[in-house]
Amino acid sequence: MSELEKSGYKGIALRLLQDAGCKIGDIVCVISRGRTYEGILIPRAERGDAATIVIKMKSGYNVGITAASKEVTVEKMGAGVKPAFASPTPPKQNTELPHVVIMSTGGTIASRVDYRTSAVHSVISATELYSTVPELADIAYVDTEMVFNLYSENLTPKHWTELAHRIADCIKQGDVDGIVVTQGTDTMGYTAAALSFALQNLPIPIVFVGAQRSSDRPSSDAATNLIGAVKVAAEAPFAEVGLAMHETVSDTVIVVHRGVKVRKCHTSRRDTFKSINGFPIAKVVDQKIHMQNETVFQCRDLSKQLVLKSEFCEKVALVKFYPGMDPAVIDFYVNQEFKGILLEGSGLGHVSTVCFEAIKNAISKGVIVALASQCIWGRVNMNIYDTGRDLQSFGVISLEDMFAETGLVKLMWVLGQTSDIEEAKRLLKTNIAGEFTLRTFPQEKNVYGAP
Amino acid sequence: MSTVDYAKIGLKVGLEIHQQLDVGSKLFCNCPPELFKEETSETTFLRRLRPTQSELGQVDPSVFFESQKGVKILYEAPSSCTCLVDMDEEPPHLMNQEALKVVLTAALMMNMQPVDEVHVMRKIIIDGSSTTGFQRTSIIALNGWIKVGEKTIPMQAVSLEEDAARKTGVEDEGRIIRYRIDRLGIPLIEVTTAPVMYSPLEAQHVALAIGKILRDTGKVMRGLGVIRQDLNVSIINGTLVEIKGVQALELISTVIEYEVQRQLGLLSVKEELCRRGVTIEALKEDFVEITDIFRESRAKVIRKAIDKNQRVLAVKLLGFAGLLGKELMPNFRVGSEFSDRAKFWGRVGGIFHTDEMPNYGITPEEVIAVRKAVNAMENDGVVFVADSVENTRDALKAVVTRAKELLIGVPAETRTAKDDGTTRYMRPRPGASRMYPETDIPVQAITEEIIKKVLTDMPEPAEKKLLRIVEQYLLNEKLAKQILDSEWTKLFEETVKDTDVAASTVAAFLTETLKALKRDGIAVEKVNEPQIKALFTAVGSGVLTKEALADVFSWLTKNEDKTVQDAITALGLKMLTEKDLEHIIDRIINMNKATIENNGKGALGILMGVVMKEVRGKANPELVNKILKQKL
Repeated sequence: MSELEKSGYKGIALRLLQDAGCKIGDIVCVISRGRTYEGILIPRAERGDAATIVIKMKSGYNVGITAASKEVTVEKMGAGVKPAFASPTPPKQNTELPHVVIMSTGGTIASRVDYRTSAVHSVISATELYSTVPELADIAYVDTEMVFNLYSENLTPKHWTELAHRIADCIKQGDVDGIVVTQGTDTMGYTAAALSFALQNLPIPIVFVGAQRSSDRPSSDAATNLIGAVKVAAEAPFAEVGLAMHETVSDTVIVVHRGVKVRKCHTSRRDTFKSINGFPIAKVVDQKIHMQNETVFQCRDLSKQLVLKSEFCEKVALVKFYPGMDPAVIDFYVNQEFKGILLEGSGLGHVSTVCFEAIKNAISKGVIVALASQCIWGRVNMNIYDTGRDLQSFGVISLEDMFAETGLVKLMWVLGQTSDIEEAKRLLKTNIAGEFTLRTFPQEKNVYGAP
Repeated sequence: MSTVDYAKIGLKVGLEIHQQLDVGSKLFCNCPPELFKEETSETTFLRRLRPTQSELGQVDPSVFFESQKGVKILYEAPSSCTCLVDMDEEPPHLMNQEALKVVLTAALMMNMQPVDEVHVMRKIIIDGSSTTGFQRTSIIALNGWIKVGEKTIPMQAVSLEEDAARKTGVEDEGRIIRYRIDRLGIPLIEVTTAPVMYSPLEAQHVALAIGKILRDTGKVMRGLGVIRQDLNVSIINGTLVEIKGVQALELISTVIEYEVQRQLGLLSVKEELCRRGVTIEALKEDFVEITDIFRESRAKVIRKAIDKNQRVLAVKLLGFAGLLGKELMPNFRVGSEFSDRAKFWGRVGGIFHTDEMPNYGITPEEVIAVRKAVNAMENDGVVFVADSVENTRDALKAVVTRAKELLIGVPAETRTAKDDGTTRYMRPRPGASRMYPETDIPVQAITEEIIKKVLTDMPEPAEKKLLRIVEQYLLNEKLAKQILDSEWTKLFEETVKDTDVAASTVAAFLTETLKALKRDGIAVEKVNEPQIKALFTAVGSGVLTKEALADVFSWLTKNEDKTVQDAITALGLKMLTEKDLEHIIDRIINMNKATIENNGKGALGILMGVVMKEVRGKANPELVNKILKQKL
């Protein structure tokens, strides 16, 4: 594939450009239907008409010119200057400061778009990170490590396992005061929950961080989130898996949620992550960490020995109940030899009686069926209505105030730890990382109200 | 200024005309394109903008400096006209297709060639005027021309872009800037001409012609602040200076005259400095603290600063004595150039310089002490600033930089126009590398179908329209021309169609009456189109006489948000019933028996005058005439 093709050119436009010997970045002159356009040849990254050539004019504007007409000529006027990404001189590393390792897995936060090729580059070196967020140098002595370079929707439990191992290795090597993991926000809540179960007895904090506005725009939340996350990794008194993002739409407070209690709740706002049925662990305001009084936390203690339990079972399904649901959906998973089903029931924890037989059948075949509520907020209570009591009698396990995504991750983790059904049930009901809370407080009002 | 030979100095002016489009919603969301009039907005949020690296791997230095200052932006987001898109909390929606159509219409009217595919770009501006840190803008058509008089003016490009937020204040010693985002996202058309205007007046005429074309699309906003003219002004040996935000058309020629005057003035300062042997190297950033000189000073500004434990710093400008006070534009001196830069880069309120001393409560003794402190000779100038240490240093650095530029000539910069036609420093001229593709918005092909649709809906050509207006409304050509030259053609036609008022009455009011009111200082732009229409509806239904139109209109300009009905009540203009009118006429006939007897038939005219004096604005003259005739 030629460079032009890689840049999205095809068909007649590609032929014309090839014939004229043009490369991306060259200064070209396109004459189309009597009109002359001169500028730098730009990649055709957009899906769209195959017969269009895109040039950047002297004014900086891009325009598309059709090459479909017979009267189109393309001429190369000169070779363009290849733009190179030059990082500004990074500030000096201060090895006296706490040592923080930033592991990147891809996603919006640690990337920038090369506008010439429209390719997304991950910022992998400490140097590049410093050049984009020089404030980090005043907080910590930072090393970076690229673990994956994937959109978060492409991460799987295998990646969680791999990430857990990388973190464990890093901790084992010693001399690290905190680890920051950058990830795309879409499934960051799942990964944070997964690592909360996989990394037990942590000596240091593990802080997930992402961005809702890409870092190539001046209004990006990436830098403020990253600064907050590194601060927490470097200095916070707790040693748990947390997730640091904006608290509101203002760039003022970075809030750290507990990994098992955090959920992405908005498609686009920068305060998309909320603590569900629980309080955040900490907040960072003006570079100061404020622990939240309501939460009890695991203390930072470098003498603690990490316990790594990194296996996950992928044969677990999340099944959302809805009016008119065909129980064959449940049968399908059983037939596919799934080991666990996380039912997302309605209200206090219900599904239609139509599904009862399928559920009983699943449990009789050794499938663990657990239930969380699709209400998201609040606690499952299957003692109130007949349906709930019936489900319990079949052996459906209530996940209390855990919301469905964390419930799913926990079921995957539990079945990754044991194949013994009774042990699995015991583990599922055991509070491993603060996923169960005994008291629910009225803190979640007006979640997306005006800032 | 009439003495300047513009041809000889090589004046070249290019125009960029921006006007808001009236297409029902903003460009990339569905918010109404309205301004929020209340004092405070219920929703606010605080942001920081950071520089991003350009495609060429560079950070614009002024952009970087701005961000380093740690300035935060407090946005006001009134819910009546803003949403998550305006707050940069939701990606943009697709481009408003009606706005695109209007721009294509204007483009075709200016003989321009539409591009085949529209690519929306991000123009990076991190002064806070947009929540994203960039303005979304796109070129819609290129290379056209219009005729102005005998001359053909080449049009370079027409763009469709979003308007910016409005600055509403500064807090915390310049560390927080307030912006209201109601205006952000309102669609703007931008028309760029080639720099082919060679006199201030010519530029004004071309701007007028373009404004008329835009109005002829029938889809542009009307009123104050909806049109903004940017000027690119250059002269031989000078520099291309970009002047932003000239709101009044009539001001264009003045702004250009002043800018020419400023550039010529700067060039003569350069000559004088060279004659005095001043070099760039001789201007040094040696700042001397002179706070102690002013410990007991009566100069208020300085005292205030010292009371806040701030400092006074001074810098010597070698060979500048007498030049700092040189006037470049009315009330604008070389010292003002320095002051503008100091305010921008150093966040200070202003500067002091020795050419204006003694003044502001600073005594001659203090001036002598200042000069001595920095070792200034008679021929040197001294600039000093009172503020925090950091601000004074940044301010004086900016002053020295500006002083050095004087030895080079006219700096390339972006200036902003004031209401009196003078301009002030706004920011350095941005580089070309601040344009990025807006990856959140798909490219849009301008298909043949779209063009076909635009062509079928093209506004009438001007000559044809004039003929039609004359014929259809039976107006004389002068009045028809006036209405076509005004911004009211559409309202005129709608009003005549929807009310029972004579076309000539509507036309005369919208042209001559409004012009006269404006001349008398009435803020005519405060009354909106629906209100004007309501005025004529009242006349048409007999609730109001046409004689009272001007009074009601004037009242409405002073009582925003009030209705025509409110005006009629407040002004006591309620129409008299026929019965009431008869009573009044009876009374007047009784009181003027002698006049009637003495004047015979001529009495009608005299009494008509007497009655009308009493009932003007409250009764239809024709009705008065009829009743009078009957009674006599």
